[in-house]
Amino acid sequence: MEKLKRLMGLVWMAMGPLAILFLIRTAISEIEKKPVIDTFIQWGVFVVVFIPIAIGLVIFGYFAFKGDYHQMPIDSAHLED
Amino acid sequence: MNNKDNDAKGIWKVIGASSMGTLIEWYDFYIFGSLATVIAGQFFPKTNPTAALLSTLATFAAGFIVRPFGALFFGRLGDIVGRKYTFLLTLILMGGSTFAIGLVPSYETIGFAAPVIVLILRLLQGLALGGEYGGAATYVAEHAPPGRRGFYTSWIQTTATLGLFVSLGVILITRHSLDANEARSIEKFNDWGWRIPFLVSILLVVLSIYIRMTMKESPVFAKLKSEGKVATNPLKESFTHRSNLKMVLLALFGATMGQGVVWYTGQFYAQSFLENVCKINFDQSRTILIWAILFGTPFFVVFGNLSDKIGRKWIMMTGMLLAVLFYRPIYQECYEISSAFLTDGSVTLPTQEYWEIVLLVFVQIIFVTMVYGPIAAFLVELFPTRIRYTSMSLPYHVGNGVFGGLTPFIATLLTTIYTSDKLVGLWYPIIIASVCLVIGLLYLTNTIDPDVND
Repeated sequence: MEKLKRLMGLVWMAMGPLAILFLIRTAISEIEKKPVIDTFIQWGVFVVVFIPIAIGLVIFGYFAFKGDYHQMPIDSAHLED
Repeated sequence: MNNKDNDAKGIWKVIGASSMGTLIEWYDFYIFGSLATVIAGQFFPKTNPTAALLSTLATFAAGFIVRPFGALFFGRLGDIVGRKYTFLLTLILMGGSTFAIGLVPSYETIGFAAPVIVLILRLLQGLALGGEYGGAATYVAEHAPPGRRGFYTSWIQTTATLGLFVSLGVILITRHSLDANEARSIEKFNDWGWRIPFLVSILLVVLSIYIRMTMKESPVFAKLKSEGKVATNPLKESFTHRSNLKMVLLALFGATMGQGVVWYTGQFYAQSFLENVCKINFDQSRTILIWAILFGTPFFVVFGNLSDKIGRKWIMMTGMLLAVLFYRPIYQECYEISSAFLTDGSVTLPTQEYWEIVLLVFVQIIFVTMVYGPIAAFLVELFPTRIRYTSMSLPYHVGNGVFGGLTPFIATLLTTIYTSDKLVGLWYPIIIASVCLVIGLLYLTNTIDPDVND
Protein backbone atom coordinates (compact mmCIF):
# COMPACT_ATOMS: atom_id res chain seq x y z
CA MET A 1 0.00 0.00 0.00
CA GLU A 2 2.82 2.40 0.88
CA LYS A 3 4.51 1.69 -2.47
CA LEU A 4 1.23 2.42 -4.27
CA LYS A 5 0.87 5.70 -2.35
CA ARG A 6 4.36 6.70 -3.47
CA LEU A 7 3.81 5.68 -7.11
CA MET A 8 0.52 7.52 -7.28
CA GLY A 9 2.42 10.55 -5.99
CA LEU A 10 4.16 10.61 -9.37
CA VAL A 11 0.77 10.54 -11.09
CA TRP A 12 -0.46 13.55 -9.09
CA MET A 13 2.79 15.38 -9.83
CA ALA A 14 2.32 14.75 -13.55
CA MET A 15 -1.37 15.68 -13.47
CA GLY A 16 -0.66 19.25 -12.34
CA PRO A 17 1.31 20.41 -15.43
CA LEU A 18 -0.92 18.34 -17.74
CA ALA A 19 -4.01 20.03 -16.34
CA ILE A 20 -2.43 23.48 -16.84
CA LEU A 21 -1.43 22.59 -20.41
CA PHE A 22 -4.92 21.29 -21.23
CA LEU A 23 -6.52 24.38 -19.68
CA ILE A 24 -4.32 26.86 -21.56
CA ARG A 25 -4.72 25.04 -24.90
CA THR A 26 -8.50 24.93 -24.50
CA ALA A 27 -8.56 28.59 -23.45
CA ILE A 28 -6.55 29.66 -26.51
CA SER A 29 -8.70 27.58 -28.84
CA GLU A 30 -11.96 28.92 -27.39
CA ILE A 31 -10.76 32.54 -27.43
CA GLU A 32 -9.67 32.14 -31.08
CA LYS A 33 -13.10 30.73 -31.96
CA LYS A 34 -14.95 33.58 -30.28
CA PRO A 35 -12.66 36.55 -29.56
CA VAL A 36 -15.06 38.63 -27.47
CA ILE A 37 -14.66 40.09 -23.98
CA ASP A 38 -16.87 37.45 -22.32
CA THR A 39 -14.70 34.62 -23.65
CA PHE A 40 -11.55 36.38 -22.44
CA ILE A 41 -13.05 36.89 -18.98
CA GLN A 42 -14.35 33.34 -18.61
CA TRP A 43 -11.17 31.60 -19.67
CA GLY A 44 -8.95 34.17 -17.97
CA VAL A 45 -10.71 33.42 -14.67
CA PHE A 46 -10.36 29.67 -15.18
CA VAL A 47 -6.65 29.87 -15.96
CA VAL A 48 -5.84 32.26 -13.09
CA VAL A 49 -7.82 30.24 -10.54
CA PHE A 50 -6.83 26.72 -11.52
CA ILE A 51 -3.06 27.27 -11.99
CA PRO A 52 -2.35 27.69 -8.23
CA ILE A 53 -4.55 24.65 -7.55
CA ALA A 54 -2.59 22.60 -10.11
CA ILE A 55 0.63 23.71 -8.38
CA GLY A 56 -0.92 22.53 -5.11
CA LEU A 57 -1.56 19.14 -6.73
CA VAL A 58 2.12 18.90 -7.72
CA ILE A 59 3.15 19.66 -4.11
CA PHE A 60 0.64 17.10 -2.85
CA GLY A 61 2.10 14.53 -5.26
CA TYR A 62 5.62 15.38 -4.09
CA PHE A 63 4.63 14.86 -0.43
CA ALA A 64 2.97 11.57 -1.36
CA PHE A 65 6.04 10.44 -3.29
CA LYS A 66 8.26 11.33 -0.34
CA GLY A 67 6.11 9.20 1.96
CA ASP A 68 4.61 12.03 4.03
CA TYR A 69 1.24 10.27 4.07
CA HIS A 70 2.49 6.90 5.33
CA GLN A 71 2.12 7.91 8.97
CA MET A 72 -0.80 10.24 9.64
CA PRO A 73 -0.71 12.48 12.75
CA ILE A 74 -2.72 11.15 15.68
CA ASP A 75 -2.77 14.45 17.56
CA SER A 76 -1.64 18.05 17.15
CA ALA A 77 1.82 17.40 18.58
CA HIS A 78 2.53 15.48 15.38
CA LEU A 79 1.76 18.58 13.33
CA GLU A 80 4.58 20.58 14.91
CA ASP A 81 7.62 20.96 12.69
CA MET B 1 -31.55 20.54 36.73
CA ASN B 2 -28.24 18.64 36.71
CA ASN B 3 -25.05 19.44 34.79
CA LYS B 4 -25.85 16.97 32.02
CA ASP B 5 -29.17 18.72 31.28
CA ASN B 6 -27.44 22.11 31.30
CA ASP B 7 -24.77 20.82 28.91
CA ALA B 8 -27.41 19.40 26.58
CA LYS B 9 -29.36 22.66 26.65
CA GLY B 10 -26.16 24.61 26.08
CA ILE B 11 -25.08 22.67 23.01
CA TRP B 12 -28.49 23.08 21.38
CA LYS B 13 -28.34 26.82 22.02
CA VAL B 14 -24.91 26.88 20.37
CA ILE B 15 -26.20 24.87 17.40
CA GLY B 16 -29.30 27.06 17.09
CA ALA B 17 -27.36 30.34 17.16
CA SER B 18 -24.68 29.10 14.77
CA SER B 19 -27.04 27.38 12.35
CA MET B 20 -29.48 30.25 12.08
CA GLY B 21 -26.76 32.73 11.15
CA THR B 22 -25.14 30.33 8.70
CA LEU B 23 -28.50 29.51 7.11
CA ILE B 24 -29.18 33.21 6.59
CA GLU B 25 -25.76 33.70 5.02
CA TRP B 26 -26.40 30.86 2.59
CA TYR B 27 -29.86 32.29 1.83
CA ASP B 28 -28.33 35.70 1.14
CA PHE B 29 -25.73 34.14 -1.10
CA TYR B 30 -28.14 31.96 -3.09
CA ILE B 31 -30.88 34.45 -3.87
CA PHE B 32 -28.43 36.21 -6.16
CA GLY B 33 -27.69 32.98 -8.06
CA SER B 34 -31.33 31.94 -8.17
CA LEU B 35 -32.31 35.32 -9.63
CA ALA B 36 -29.41 35.46 -12.11
CA THR B 37 -31.57 35.93 -15.21
CA VAL B 38 -33.81 38.59 -13.61
CA ILE B 39 -30.79 40.48 -12.26
CA ALA B 40 -29.16 40.31 -15.72
CA GLY B 41 -32.07 42.26 -17.14
CA GLN B 42 -31.80 44.89 -14.41
CA PHE B 43 -28.07 45.52 -14.14
CA PHE B 44 -26.48 44.57 -17.44
CA PRO B 45 -27.14 46.03 -20.93
CA LYS B 46 -30.19 44.39 -22.43
CA THR B 47 -29.01 44.55 -26.04
CA ASN B 48 -27.45 41.10 -25.83
CA PRO B 49 -29.29 38.80 -23.41
CA THR B 50 -26.63 36.09 -23.60
CA ALA B 51 -23.91 38.56 -22.68
CA ALA B 52 -26.09 39.83 -19.87
CA LEU B 53 -26.61 36.32 -18.52
CA LEU B 54 -22.94 35.47 -18.82
CA SER B 55 -22.00 38.67 -17.04
CA THR B 56 -24.28 37.71 -14.18
CA LEU B 57 -22.91 34.20 -14.10
CA ALA B 58 -19.40 35.65 -14.09
CA THR B 59 -20.44 37.82 -11.17
CA PHE B 60 -21.85 34.66 -9.59
CA ALA B 61 -18.54 32.91 -10.17
CA ALA B 62 -16.68 35.92 -8.77
CA GLY B 63 -18.75 35.45 -5.65
CA PHE B 64 -17.36 31.94 -5.36
CA ILE B 65 -13.81 32.72 -6.36
CA VAL B 66 -13.33 35.32 -3.62
CA ARG B 67 -14.51 32.83 -1.03
CA PRO B 68 -11.01 31.38 -0.50
CA PHE B 69 -9.73 34.90 0.16
CA GLY B 70 -12.50 35.38 2.72
CA ALA B 71 -11.43 32.07 4.25
CA LEU B 72 -7.85 33.33 4.64
CA PHE B 73 -8.80 36.78 5.92
CA PHE B 74 -11.47 35.76 8.41
CA GLY B 75 -9.78 32.45 9.24
CA ARG B 76 -6.71 34.35 10.39
CA LEU B 77 -8.90 36.75 12.37
CA GLY B 78 -10.80 33.85 13.96
CA ASP B 79 -7.58 32.17 15.08
CA ILE B 80 -6.23 35.41 16.57
CA VAL B 81 -9.27 37.31 17.91
CA GLY B 82 -11.69 34.44 18.41
CA ARG B 83 -14.47 32.50 16.71
CA LYS B 84 -17.43 34.42 18.12
CA TYR B 85 -16.51 37.94 17.01
CA THR B 86 -15.26 36.81 13.62
CA PHE B 87 -18.40 35.01 12.57
CA LEU B 88 -20.43 37.89 13.95
CA LEU B 89 -18.51 40.19 11.62
CA THR B 90 -19.11 37.95 8.59
CA LEU B 91 -22.84 37.98 9.33
CA ILE B 92 -22.93 41.79 9.43
CA LEU B 93 -20.96 42.02 6.18
CA MET B 94 -23.17 39.50 4.41
CA GLY B 95 -26.43 41.00 5.67
CA GLY B 96 -25.37 44.55 4.78
CA SER B 97 -24.27 43.56 1.25
CA THR B 98 -27.46 41.63 0.55
CA PHE B 99 -29.69 44.46 1.75
CA ALA B 100 -27.69 46.93 -0.34
CA ILE B 101 -28.11 44.82 -3.53
CA GLY B 102 -31.86 45.16 -3.04
CA LEU B 103 -31.45 48.96 -3.06
CA VAL B 104 -29.14 49.45 -6.08
CA PRO B 105 -30.89 51.39 -8.89
CA SER B 106 -31.04 49.64 -12.27
CA TYR B 107 -28.70 50.14 -15.27
CA GLU B 108 -31.40 52.24 -16.96
CA THR B 109 -31.39 54.66 -14.00
CA ILE B 110 -27.71 55.09 -13.10
CA GLY B 111 -25.92 53.51 -16.05
CA PHE B 112 -22.63 51.63 -15.74
CA ALA B 113 -22.36 52.34 -11.99
CA ALA B 114 -25.16 49.81 -11.40
CA PRO B 115 -23.32 46.63 -12.50
CA VAL B 116 -20.10 47.88 -10.85
CA ILE B 117 -21.82 48.39 -7.47
CA VAL B 118 -23.55 45.01 -7.76
CA LEU B 119 -20.26 43.32 -8.58
CA ILE B 120 -18.56 44.91 -5.53
CA LEU B 121 -21.42 43.88 -3.24
CA ARG B 122 -21.31 40.38 -4.66
CA LEU B 123 -17.60 40.18 -3.94
CA LEU B 124 -18.26 41.28 -0.35
CA GLN B 125 -20.85 38.51 -0.04
CA GLY B 126 -18.27 36.00 -1.22
CA LEU B 127 -15.71 37.28 1.28
CA ALA B 128 -18.20 37.07 4.14
CA LEU B 129 -19.26 33.54 3.23
CA GLY B 130 -15.60 32.53 3.09
CA GLY B 131 -15.29 33.44 6.75
CA GLU B 132 -18.63 32.20 8.02
CA TYR B 133 -18.64 28.46 7.54
CA GLY B 134 -15.27 27.71 9.15
CA GLY B 135 -16.26 29.79 12.16
CA ALA B 136 -19.63 28.14 12.63
CA ALA B 137 -18.31 24.59 12.15
CA THR B 138 -15.36 25.21 14.48
CA TYR B 139 -17.55 26.89 17.09
CA VAL B 140 -20.04 24.00 17.22
CA ALA B 141 -17.33 21.30 17.10
CA GLU B 142 -15.42 22.93 19.95
CA HIS B 143 -18.58 22.80 22.08
CA ALA B 144 -19.57 19.25 21.10
CA PRO B 145 -18.82 16.31 23.41
CA PRO B 146 -16.34 13.69 22.16
CA GLY B 147 -17.98 10.94 20.12
CA ARG B 148 -20.88 13.19 19.06
CA ARG B 149 -19.02 15.72 16.92
CA GLY B 150 -20.32 14.34 13.63
CA PHE B 151 -23.91 14.48 14.86
CA TYR B 152 -23.77 18.02 16.23
CA THR B 153 -21.81 19.57 13.36
CA SER B 154 -24.16 17.92 10.85
CA TRP B 155 -26.79 20.49 11.88
CA ILE B 156 -24.47 23.16 10.50
CA GLN B 157 -24.23 21.04 7.34
CA THR B 158 -27.99 21.27 6.80
CA THR B 159 -27.85 25.06 6.60
CA ALA B 160 -26.36 25.33 3.11
CA THR B 161 -29.13 23.19 1.66
CA LEU B 162 -31.83 24.81 3.80
CA GLY B 163 -30.55 28.24 2.74
CA LEU B 164 -31.12 27.20 -0.86
CA PHE B 165 -34.53 25.79 0.07
CA VAL B 166 -35.62 29.02 1.78
CA SER B 167 -34.29 31.16 -1.07
CA LEU B 168 -36.23 29.13 -3.66
CA GLY B 169 -39.36 29.26 -1.49
CA VAL B 170 -39.18 33.03 -0.87
CA ILE B 171 -38.61 33.67 -4.59
CA LEU B 172 -41.56 31.49 -5.66
CA ILE B 173 -43.92 32.97 -3.06
CA THR B 174 -42.92 36.56 -3.93
CA ARG B 175 -43.20 35.86 -7.66
CA HIS B 176 -46.82 34.71 -7.30
CA SER B 177 -48.11 37.12 -4.66
CA LEU B 178 -47.59 40.56 -6.16
CA ASP B 179 -50.85 40.60 -8.09
CA ALA B 180 -54.04 38.53 -8.27
CA ASN B 181 -53.33 37.99 -11.98
CA GLU B 182 -50.43 35.55 -12.34
CA ALA B 183 -48.93 37.08 -15.51
CA ARG B 184 -49.02 40.57 -13.97
CA SER B 185 -47.52 39.24 -10.75
CA ILE B 186 -44.57 37.76 -12.65
CA GLU B 187 -44.18 41.00 -14.60
CA LYS B 188 -44.07 43.01 -11.36
CA PHE B 189 -41.62 40.54 -9.88
CA ASN B 190 -39.25 40.91 -12.84
CA ASP B 191 -39.60 44.69 -12.66
CA TRP B 192 -39.17 45.44 -8.94
CA GLY B 193 -40.43 42.47 -6.87
CA TRP B 194 -37.09 40.63 -7.15
CA ARG B 195 -35.75 43.18 -4.63
CA ILE B 196 -38.04 41.84 -1.86
CA PRO B 197 -36.05 38.63 -1.15
CA PHE B 198 -32.90 40.77 -0.77
CA LEU B 199 -34.55 43.33 1.51
CA VAL B 200 -36.37 40.92 3.84
CA SER B 201 -33.12 39.19 4.74
CA ILE B 202 -32.11 42.17 6.88
CA LEU B 203 -34.77 41.29 9.47
CA LEU B 204 -33.39 37.78 9.86
CA VAL B 205 -29.82 39.07 9.93
CA VAL B 206 -30.59 41.55 12.76
CA LEU B 207 -32.27 38.80 14.77
CA SER B 208 -29.36 36.45 14.19
CA ILE B 209 -26.79 39.11 15.15
CA TYR B 210 -28.66 39.66 18.42
CA ILE B 211 -28.68 35.93 19.19
CA ARG B 212 -25.00 35.53 18.36
CA MET B 213 -24.05 38.49 20.55
CA THR B 214 -25.52 36.67 23.55
CA MET B 215 -23.28 33.64 22.96
CA LYS B 216 -19.94 33.03 24.68
CA GLU B 217 -16.60 32.36 23.02
CA SER B 218 -15.71 28.74 22.21
CA PRO B 219 -14.42 27.19 25.48
CA VAL B 220 -11.51 25.54 23.68
CA PHE B 221 -10.37 28.82 22.13
CA ALA B 222 -11.01 30.77 25.36
CA LYS B 223 -8.74 28.34 27.24
CA LEU B 224 -6.05 28.68 24.60
CA LYS B 225 -6.27 32.46 24.84
CA SER B 226 -6.13 32.48 28.64
CA GLU B 227 -2.97 30.36 28.44
CA GLY B 228 -1.41 32.79 25.93
CA LYS B 229 -1.08 30.07 23.30
CA VAL B 230 -3.01 31.77 20.50
CA ALA B 231 -1.21 31.68 17.12
CA THR B 232 0.53 34.93 16.18
CA ASN B 233 0.65 34.15 12.48
CA PRO B 234 -1.94 31.47 11.59
CA LEU B 235 -1.38 31.84 7.83
CA LYS B 236 2.32 31.08 8.18
CA GLU B 237 1.68 28.17 10.54
CA SER B 238 -1.04 26.74 8.34
CA PHE B 239 0.58 26.94 4.94
CA THR B 240 4.35 27.03 5.38
CA HIS B 241 4.80 24.28 7.96
CA ARG B 242 5.08 21.13 5.89
CA SER B 243 3.34 18.91 8.46
CA ASN B 244 0.23 21.12 8.39
CA LEU B 245 0.36 22.00 4.69
CA LYS B 246 0.26 18.34 3.77
CA MET B 247 -3.00 17.99 5.72
CA VAL B 248 -4.47 21.10 4.05
CA LEU B 249 -3.66 19.63 0.61
CA LEU B 250 -5.03 16.23 1.61
CA ALA B 251 -8.25 17.82 2.86
CA LEU B 252 -8.63 19.61 -0.48
CA PHE B 253 -7.71 16.88 -2.95
CA GLY B 254 -8.97 13.92 -0.93
CA ALA B 255 -12.26 15.32 0.37
CA THR B 256 -13.55 18.85 -0.30
CA MET B 257 -12.81 18.92 -4.04
CA GLY B 258 -15.08 15.95 -4.72
CA GLN B 259 -17.59 17.00 -2.08
CA GLY B 260 -17.87 20.44 -3.72
CA VAL B 261 -18.72 19.13 -7.17
CA VAL B 262 -21.18 16.56 -5.82
CA TRP B 263 -22.89 19.29 -3.78
CA TYR B 264 -23.25 21.75 -6.65
CA THR B 265 -24.20 19.11 -9.24
CA GLY B 266 -26.97 17.69 -7.06
CA GLN B 267 -28.50 21.05 -6.28
CA PHE B 268 -27.48 23.77 -8.75
CA TYR B 269 -26.67 21.90 -11.95
CA ALA B 270 -29.73 19.70 -11.43
CA GLN B 271 -31.97 22.78 -11.46
CA SER B 272 -30.15 24.33 -14.41
CA PHE B 273 -30.38 21.04 -16.37
CA LEU B 274 -34.10 20.64 -15.67
CA GLU B 275 -34.82 24.20 -16.75
CA ASN B 276 -32.43 24.69 -19.68
CA VAL B 277 -31.90 21.22 -21.17
CA CYS B 278 -35.12 19.41 -20.20
CA LYS B 279 -37.07 22.68 -20.71
CA ILE B 280 -39.19 22.06 -17.62
CA ASN B 281 -41.05 25.28 -16.78
CA PHE B 282 -39.77 27.79 -14.18
CA ASP B 283 -42.09 26.79 -11.34
CA GLN B 284 -41.86 23.02 -11.76
CA SER B 285 -38.06 23.04 -12.11
CA ARG B 286 -37.87 24.85 -8.77
CA THR B 287 -40.56 22.96 -6.88
CA ILE B 288 -38.93 19.66 -7.93
CA LEU B 289 -35.76 20.82 -6.20
CA ILE B 290 -37.70 22.09 -3.18
CA TRP B 291 -39.37 18.68 -2.62
CA ALA B 292 -36.12 16.79 -3.15
CA ILE B 293 -34.31 19.04 -0.65
CA LEU B 294 -37.15 18.74 1.86
CA PHE B 295 -37.03 14.93 1.79
CA GLY B 296 -33.24 14.78 1.62
CA THR B 297 -32.17 17.26 4.31
CA PRO B 298 -32.68 14.96 7.36
CA PHE B 299 -30.05 12.66 5.88
CA PHE B 300 -27.31 15.21 6.66
CA VAL B 301 -27.94 14.44 10.33
CA VAL B 302 -28.31 10.70 9.65
CA PHE B 303 -24.90 10.49 7.97
CA GLY B 304 -23.27 12.94 10.42
CA ASN B 305 -24.48 10.74 13.26
CA LEU B 306 -23.40 7.55 11.47
CA SER B 307 -19.93 9.02 10.97
CA ASP B 308 -19.52 9.13 14.78
CA LYS B 309 -19.98 5.37 14.81
CA ILE B 310 -18.20 4.08 11.70
CA GLY B 311 -15.86 7.00 10.84
CA ARG B 312 -16.10 9.82 8.30
CA LYS B 313 -14.04 8.44 5.42
CA TRP B 314 -16.16 5.57 4.11
CA ILE B 315 -19.41 7.52 4.13
CA MET B 316 -17.89 10.38 2.13
CA MET B 317 -16.13 8.02 -0.30
CA THR B 318 -19.29 5.97 -0.86
CA GLY B 319 -21.22 9.15 -1.65
CA MET B 320 -18.58 10.15 -4.22
CA LEU B 321 -18.52 6.67 -5.79
CA LEU B 322 -22.31 6.57 -6.14
CA ALA B 323 -22.29 10.03 -7.72
CA VAL B 324 -19.62 9.02 -10.25
CA LEU B 325 -21.51 5.84 -11.17
CA PHE B 326 -25.06 7.19 -11.31
CA TYR B 327 -24.92 10.79 -12.57
CA ARG B 328 -25.21 9.94 -16.26
CA PRO B 329 -28.04 7.37 -15.87
CA ILE B 330 -29.96 9.79 -13.60
CA TYR B 331 -29.68 12.76 -15.97
CA GLN B 332 -30.40 10.56 -19.02
CA GLU B 333 -33.61 9.40 -17.33
CA CYS B 334 -34.60 13.00 -16.48
CA TYR B 335 -34.07 13.98 -20.10
CA GLU B 336 -36.06 11.04 -21.49
CA ILE B 337 -38.97 11.58 -19.11
CA SER B 338 -39.26 15.30 -19.86
CA SER B 339 -38.69 15.18 -23.64
CA ALA B 340 -41.96 13.26 -24.11
CA PHE B 341 -43.88 16.34 -22.91
CA LEU B 342 -42.12 19.08 -24.90
CA THR B 343 -44.63 21.46 -26.47
CA ASP B 344 -43.85 24.98 -27.77
CA GLY B 345 -40.35 24.83 -26.29
CA SER B 346 -41.54 24.17 -22.73
CA VAL B 347 -42.33 21.12 -20.62
CA THR B 348 -45.12 20.86 -18.05
CA LEU B 349 -44.90 17.48 -16.39
CA PRO B 350 -47.96 15.39 -15.42
CA THR B 351 -48.11 14.32 -11.77
CA GLN B 352 -46.52 10.88 -12.07
CA GLU B 353 -43.57 12.06 -14.18
CA TYR B 354 -43.16 15.10 -11.93
CA TRP B 355 -42.67 12.85 -8.89
CA GLU B 356 -40.37 10.52 -10.83
CA ILE B 357 -38.06 13.47 -11.44
CA VAL B 358 -38.38 14.55 -7.78
CA LEU B 359 -37.15 11.04 -6.90
CA LEU B 360 -34.19 11.31 -9.30
CA VAL B 361 -33.15 14.66 -7.81
CA PHE B 362 -33.73 13.29 -4.28
CA VAL B 363 -31.23 10.49 -5.01
CA GLN B 364 -28.67 13.15 -5.92
CA ILE B 365 -29.42 14.98 -2.65
CA ILE B 366 -28.69 11.72 -0.82
CA PHE B 367 -25.24 11.66 -2.46
CA VAL B 368 -24.84 15.27 -1.28
CA THR B 369 -25.75 14.36 2.31
CA MET B 370 -23.25 11.48 2.30
CA VAL B 371 -20.30 13.62 1.21
CA TYR B 372 -21.33 16.76 3.09
CA GLY B 373 -22.89 15.50 6.34
CA PRO B 374 -19.65 14.30 7.98
CA ILE B 375 -17.22 16.81 6.45
CA ALA B 376 -17.32 19.53 9.13
CA ALA B 377 -16.31 17.04 11.83
CA PHE B 378 -13.70 15.57 9.47
CA LEU B 379 -12.09 18.98 8.82
CA VAL B 380 -12.22 20.14 12.44
CA GLU B 381 -10.48 16.97 13.60
CA LEU B 382 -7.72 17.34 11.03
CA PHE B 383 -6.24 20.56 12.47
CA PRO B 384 -5.12 21.91 15.88
CA THR B 385 -7.14 24.56 17.75
CA ARG B 386 -4.61 27.38 17.34
CA ILE B 387 -4.84 27.35 13.51
CA ARG B 388 -8.07 25.39 12.98
CA TYR B 389 -10.23 28.22 11.60
CA THR B 390 -7.62 29.17 8.97
CA SER B 391 -6.53 25.64 8.07
CA MET B 392 -9.99 24.17 7.57
CA SER B 393 -11.54 27.22 5.88
CA LEU B 394 -9.18 27.33 2.89
CA PRO B 395 -9.57 23.73 1.61
CA TYR B 396 -13.31 23.94 2.28
CA HIS B 397 -13.77 27.08 0.21
CA VAL B 398 -11.39 26.07 -2.59
CA GLY B 399 -13.23 22.74 -2.80
CA ASN B 400 -16.70 24.23 -2.57
CA GLY B 401 -16.18 27.72 -3.95
CA VAL B 402 -13.88 27.02 -6.87
CA PHE B 403 -14.43 23.36 -7.82
CA GLY B 404 -18.05 23.26 -6.69
CA GLY B 405 -19.17 26.83 -7.36
CA LEU B 406 -17.97 26.72 -10.93
CA THR B 407 -19.74 23.41 -11.65
CA PRO B 408 -22.92 24.86 -13.23
CA PHE B 409 -20.82 27.35 -15.18
CA ILE B 410 -18.26 24.85 -16.54
CA ALA B 411 -20.90 22.18 -17.17
CA THR B 412 -23.03 24.66 -19.15
CA LEU B 413 -19.94 25.83 -21.03
CA LEU B 414 -19.14 22.23 -22.02
CA THR B 415 -22.62 21.83 -23.49
CA THR B 416 -21.99 24.86 -25.71
CA ILE B 417 -18.64 23.44 -26.93
CA TYR B 418 -19.77 19.83 -27.46
CA THR B 419 -23.34 20.36 -28.60
CA SER B 420 -24.12 16.78 -29.69
CA ASP B 421 -24.14 15.32 -26.16
CA LYS B 422 -26.77 16.72 -23.78
CA LEU B 423 -25.00 15.12 -20.81
CA VAL B 424 -21.48 16.29 -21.64
CA GLY B 425 -21.54 18.82 -18.76
CA LEU B 426 -21.52 15.93 -16.29
CA TRP B 427 -17.98 14.94 -17.23
CA TYR B 428 -16.64 17.82 -15.15
CA PRO B 429 -18.09 16.66 -11.79
CA ILE B 430 -17.51 12.99 -12.70
CA ILE B 431 -13.79 13.49 -13.42
CA ILE B 432 -13.18 15.73 -10.39
CA ALA B 433 -15.07 13.40 -8.04
CA SER B 434 -13.22 10.37 -9.46
CA VAL B 435 -9.77 11.90 -8.84
CA CYS B 436 -10.86 12.93 -5.33
CA LEU B 437 -12.23 9.44 -4.68
CA VAL B 438 -8.93 7.77 -5.60
CA ILE B 439 -6.92 10.23 -3.46
CA GLY B 440 -9.34 9.87 -0.54
CA LEU B 441 -9.31 6.07 -0.70
CA LEU B 442 -5.53 5.94 -0.81
CA TYR B 443 -4.48 8.58 1.68
CA LEU B 444 -7.30 9.37 4.14
CA THR B 445 -7.60 7.46 7.38
CA ASN B 446 -10.90 6.53 8.97
CA THR B 447 -9.76 7.48 12.47
CA ILE B 448 -12.01 9.73 14.57
CA ASP B 449 -9.97 12.19 16.64
CA PRO B 450 -11.23 11.76 20.22
CA ASP B 451 -9.89 15.14 21.36
CA VAL B 452 -10.09 18.45 19.49
CA ASN B 453 -8.87 20.43 22.50
CA ASP B 454 -5.25 20.13 21.40
